[in-house]
Amino acid sequence: MAPLDKKDEYGPFDNVDQVFEVPKLACGAMADTHTFEAAPEHNEMLGFPGELLPNWKEVAIAKMGELAEKNRAFKVYLDTCVKCGACTDKCHYFIGTGDPKNMPVARQDLLRSVYRRYYTFAGKYFPKLVGARDLTKEVLDEWYTYYHQCSQCRRCAVSCPYGIDTAEISMAAREILDSVGVGQKYCNEIIGKVKVTGNNLGLNPKALRATLDDLEEDLLDDTGVEVRIPLDEKGADILLITPSADFFAEPHIDGLLGYAKVFHAAGVSWTLSSYASEAANFGMFIGSYENMREVSWRIRQAAKDLGVKRIIFGECGHAWRVAYSFLNTLAGPFDFLDQNYPIPQHILEFTLDEIESGRLKIDKSKNDDYVMTFHDSCNVARGSAMGREEGGQFEVPRKVLRAVCNHYYDMDPDTIRENTFCCGGGGGLLTDDLMDLRIKGAKPRMTALKQVTDEHGVTHMAAICAICKTQFSKVMPKYGYGMDSIMSVHQLVSNAVVLDGGNEDTAEEPETEESK
Amino acid sequence: MLSTLYAVLFYVATIFLIVGTGMKVLKYARTPAPLKIPVSPAPRTRAGVVMRMIREVTYFHSLFRSNRWIWVFAILFHYGMLLVLIRHLRYFTDPVWWWVALIQPIGVLAGLAMLAGLLGLFARRIVVQRIRYISSPSDYLMLLLLIGIVASGYSMSLVDRVDVLKVKNFMLGLMHFQIRELPMQANILIHLGLVITLMIVFPISKLMHAPGLFFAPSRTQVDNARKFRHLTAWANQLPPLPDAIPEAGEK
Repeated sequence: MAPLDKKDEYGPFDNVDQVFEVPKLACGAMADTHTFEAAPEHNEMLGFPGELLPNWKEVAIAKMGELAEKNRAFKVYLDTCVKCGACTDKCHYFIGTGDPKNMPVARQDLLRSVYRRYYTFAGKYFPKLVGARDLTKEVLDEWYTYYHQCSQCRRCAVSCPYGIDTAEISMAAREILDSVGVGQKYCNEIIGKVKVTGNNLGLNPKALRATLDDLEEDLLDDTGVEVRIPLDEKGADILLITPSADFFAEPHIDGLLGYAKVFHAAGVSWTLSSYASEAANFGMFIGSYENMREVSWRIRQAAKDLGVKRIIFGECGHAWRVAYSFLNTLAGPFDFLDQNYPIPQHILEFTLDEIESGRLKIDKSKNDDYVMTFHDSCNVARGSAMGREEGGQFEVPRKVLRAVCNHYYDMDPDTIRENTFCCGGGGGLLTDDLMDLRIKGAKPRMTALKQVTDEHGVTHMAAICAICKTQFSKVMPKYGYGMDSIMSVHQLVSNAVVLDGGNEDTAEEPETEESK
Repeated sequence: MLSTLYAVLFYVATIFLIVGTGMKVLKYARTPAPLKIPVSPAPRTRAGVVMRMIREVTYFHSLFRSNRWIWVFAILFHYGMLLVLIRHLRYFTDPVWWWVALIQPIGVLAGLAMLAGLLGLFARRIVVQRIRYISSPSDYLMLLLLIGIVASGYSMSLVDRVDVLKVKNFMLGLMHFQIRELPMQANILIHLGLVITLMIVFPISKLMHAPGLFFAPSRTQVDNARKFRHLTAWANQLPPLPDAIPEAGEK
């Protein structure tokens, strides 16, 4: 693995055209990037075999056939690719690494070639002609390597004339791998934790309450107002489901403080749940419908138990995809909630309503030290929506940002909205053993950011995803930005919101980070 | 003798094309899509999805936005082929429909557009390193097959003239289950042979992209998951989970 302290290795980023110029193929460049495999107990907790099965080959082939029966996307996508090449330059990991197997179509082909061999006429009788191949241990290893270099961001799906989504293939591949006993440590360990404690961190209710107490104290010190962060309060109207990173990581916490202030100012009753103290759902990353359902179900249970009327999700990208697009399927129907509100609702939808109705008092000048841009998180941008209008997932966060800060600029149109680049850490890759890949994968986003820094003096970038925030705070220093150049959208809301009865001039002084 | 063989092959190829493609399409239609996975920009109504698919089918909207060169060649080829196919209806209709007669002169030019598109796509496959990397022999062969059809077609008027009325007579015969004589010239036999090959490989090759396009959940689903619950049969049969939180916290 490349040393992480050498900034030069990941350059150049002084010329934006250089990065968006497609790299020359560097065959095998990332062939040795093999994320840690899960221990047997972690696989078994999710209902998978602990170790590689002796008859793994038969099981894998059968699983592939089963998925083709159960999932139209998998079946159709494997059949319809014409190898036109439109997707080949779209993946941030390909742009960052040059490894041809990180081109979306080539990544799909790792599995498609095997599927053809066992499930299609042409592949059975003319394997060479159509590029079909047998399933071997080498192929299985190759799957593990390269399907864990896909963040399931769907940028390729937008570019494909047939809507072929590599994320679907990648999820299926991971499910096949899990079904033969080859799981990924990062994802499987975390899903296990959720099943036991209710969150990815393994934080128990007592520790969570203690953390929230500290945060309430900070809020009182900062604002002079008693802003509460309730936990497990039965009878509250709103259940807030937020990524557990919001409880301990920077800049996530500042976003949580923002939600609390908005709820306080709006005068609504709300609560967190210790049983469902996690918005993220890593079941999606491993393509396991059953695990995703089980994790989602906790939210339903918590909502029923607490007797809430509404569910609101905090800032989290993949979580919002699961919430917006899948939750009704996985844990519905939600006929016991108030049908006058979207189920579930995004915190930004709530905040924007409060701002637009004038109920939230805003002092934009509190954010005058920041020149902002917005990073569209991939799964929000391409796998979900917000608001009442189509494209609301792009407009709602921008409207909120423009309402709370004076200086805002968008990045290059090819790198935002539905064309946004993944941060480089999504899809279950936010683990230190993939740091090299993460830094390289962040390159396109960093280049677009550098461009607006040069043109408009942009100092900070806001995001609405826990993974994006963690990823950027780690990799931005490699590209010459401070680790606090990444901010939560609700951190900016938090700075700007004026609370009744609060002491003036207590909003924390924005810290500016000198670039480089 | 050869005419009989071609007649039989045409019937076989037609059955392959219709039954094979039909079975695949039925399979796509019957395979459930367990989750809502529309990809942005995703319409929130059925009408919006219809408009989206019209954009994709008529001018390859996504391809237009993602790769202009492939788009140019793809449009030349597909629209060229469409006109050529319409032009060929005159070999299957008697009397020839007026609008098919009208299109005849354009049809000749359309063949050139089709050829230009095919050659462009072939050149990209060889010249662009990324596309060469992802190409299998079948990807080249498919283009060569189509190029062969166009070339042999043109040769019938440019190199070795074929009596097309006789060909038409053969085709009309097929439609009435009668075997009539084909002109015994290499170019027409090659032309028809390649077309028969194309019809047979259609359902077992990537040519299935044409019907497959209409079954991609990412493009055809309506983005309305919050409003309407989407549940497939197999997902509905999973063991139920309890609504109450299990006691004692453990597990």
